[in-house]
Amino acid sequence: MLEVRGLIAGYGGTDVLRGIDLDVAPGEIVAVLGANGVGKTTLNRALSGLIAPRAGTIRFLGEAIGGRKPAAIVSAGLIHVPEGRRIFPNMSVRDNLVLGSYRRGKPARQNNLERIFALFPRLRERSAQAAGTLSGGEQQMLAIGRGLMGEPRLIILDEPSLGLSPLLVEEMFTLIARIAADGLAVMLVEQNVVQSLELASRAYVLENGRIVAAGPAAEIAADPALKHAYLGL
Amino acid sequence: MPSTAPRMRPGPKAASPSKKTVMFAPDIILAAVLNGLMTGSVYALIALGLTLVYGVLHIINFAHGATLTAAMFAVYVAQTMLAIDPYVALVPITLLFFVLGYGVQRFVIGPASHGEDRNILLVTLGLSIVIENAMLSIFRSDTRSIDVPYAFESIDLGFTFLALPRVAAFGVALLVALLLGLLLTTTDTGRAIRAVAKEKTGAALAGIDVAHIYAVTFGLGAACVAIAACLLMPTFYVTPRAGNAFVLVAFTIVVLGGMGSIPGALLGALFIGVVESLCGLFFGESLGQIGIFLIFILVLLVKPTGLFGARA
Repeated sequence: MLEVRGLIAGYGGTDVLRGIDLDVAPGEIVAVLGANGVGKTTLNRALSGLIAPRAGTIRFLGEAIGGRKPAAIVSAGLIHVPEGRRIFPNMSVRDNLVLGSYRRGKPARQNNLERIFALFPRLRERSAQAAGTLSGGEQQMLAIGRGLMGEPRLIILDEPSLGLSPLLVEEMFTLIARIAADGLAVMLVEQNVVQSLELASRAYVLENGRIVAAGPAAEIAADPALKHAYLGL
Repeated sequence: MPSTAPRMRPGPKAASPSKKTVMFAPDIILAAVLNGLMTGSVYALIALGLTLVYGVLHIINFAHGATLTAAMFAVYVAQTMLAIDPYVALVPITLLFFVLGYGVQRFVIGPASHGEDRNILLVTLGLSIVIENAMLSIFRSDTRSIDVPYAFESIDLGFTFLALPRVAAFGVALLVALLLGLLLTTTDTGRAIRAVAKEKTGAALAGIDVAHIYAVTFGLGAACVAIAACLLMPTFYVTPRAGNAFVLVAFTIVVLGGMGSIPGALLGALFIGVVESLCGLFFGESLGQIGIFLIFILVLLVKPTGLFGARA
């Protein structure tokens, strides 16, 4: 459903991504791994329209979406849950979720809210609370919940386990598995290599703006040289 | 400064000489407070527009004063050439200025700023110069006012008279502030405006078109001053620089209430209106504004974030 070919993107005079080829099939969990600064976040920003690609094509569900505005890409069904959560701290949990459905019609809103509250009961308990007062783990749940409110076909999760306690990391990966079990494709961009490879069916390893390894997650997990060279294990 | 200071033309209050002899009687002070609240309500509209744009785009809109001037001329033209009463013109002029504000942000300021918020500030400064000079070349620097039959109508409260156009301004301004508050808290567009104000990237990723929301906010700011212009013109005059003095006061209000705070702007404006009115009573009309700027300096010294300001 997502088909990236020869993607080049960057900031100012520098190309951060130097030719990325990447695919995500419907219902699949794909991990994108790599150390800090290899271009993972830039890849997400180019896919979600926050920056315009300099070259290459991004096709999503058959449409060329490269260079479109973020709002149009959200409408198309590709939703990026960013690193650092980027929730609206001054607004209630409910209003944060409601804004996630900004591109969708109001009729489905209540159903989607119920679905999110069923998935994250903590958010229901705190629906009237200001989002900025939530704990880190709850804020991450809210960020994912807000993404799901937009009825994505593919959701990009950027470092969902970052800054969470080990117990919460475990819980987060369980939740991602549950989300994917509903038929949603997930692109998981993580530094938590071991758990991401356990969850994903396929993985890409990024290094210096290029993809240096791609294949079934089990194969990448079983390649000690690869893990040692690029993933710090 | 005092010559350009926004002072209302003397209403019926000043025309009752019998009460003028007892300067500080409670009735007189109460009348001054009421008049101050009415002036403050119009200040509130201008300050709301300024603080809304600041809260979302994080810039001071330097074209705010010129926009107010343009709206006042629009009211003047509607009344003198088309014989449309300012209160009747309120709805079309407000809509017109919303559309103009939206268009200017979407198609001039936005593209010219290349995504850098600080460039927006410079573009608005340039726009204000263009608008002011356009007004100057069309209307010259004459002071103009309109004649409406109800300009000197008043309401008798027993101890004082309140000028009817100013009572109307008070009611309309508070209603508009209430509607603006409801818009921001209960509609999707309002939520999107508040979301963009605090978290632009998060808003974009939630599917909110940030350029559209910037333009809507700018349009709302222009609409606020358009309403203020319709409420001012029955008792005030217009020159090509008339708007600036109001915006200077509005800026003080925005700092007092907390940059970007809607309730801060409303309460700050009413407070500043009363301060101006009481200072005018105690120190003479021409020194009315001295209290405003004393407060401005005090706020900057003691609580620079303002009364309702967010913590930096």
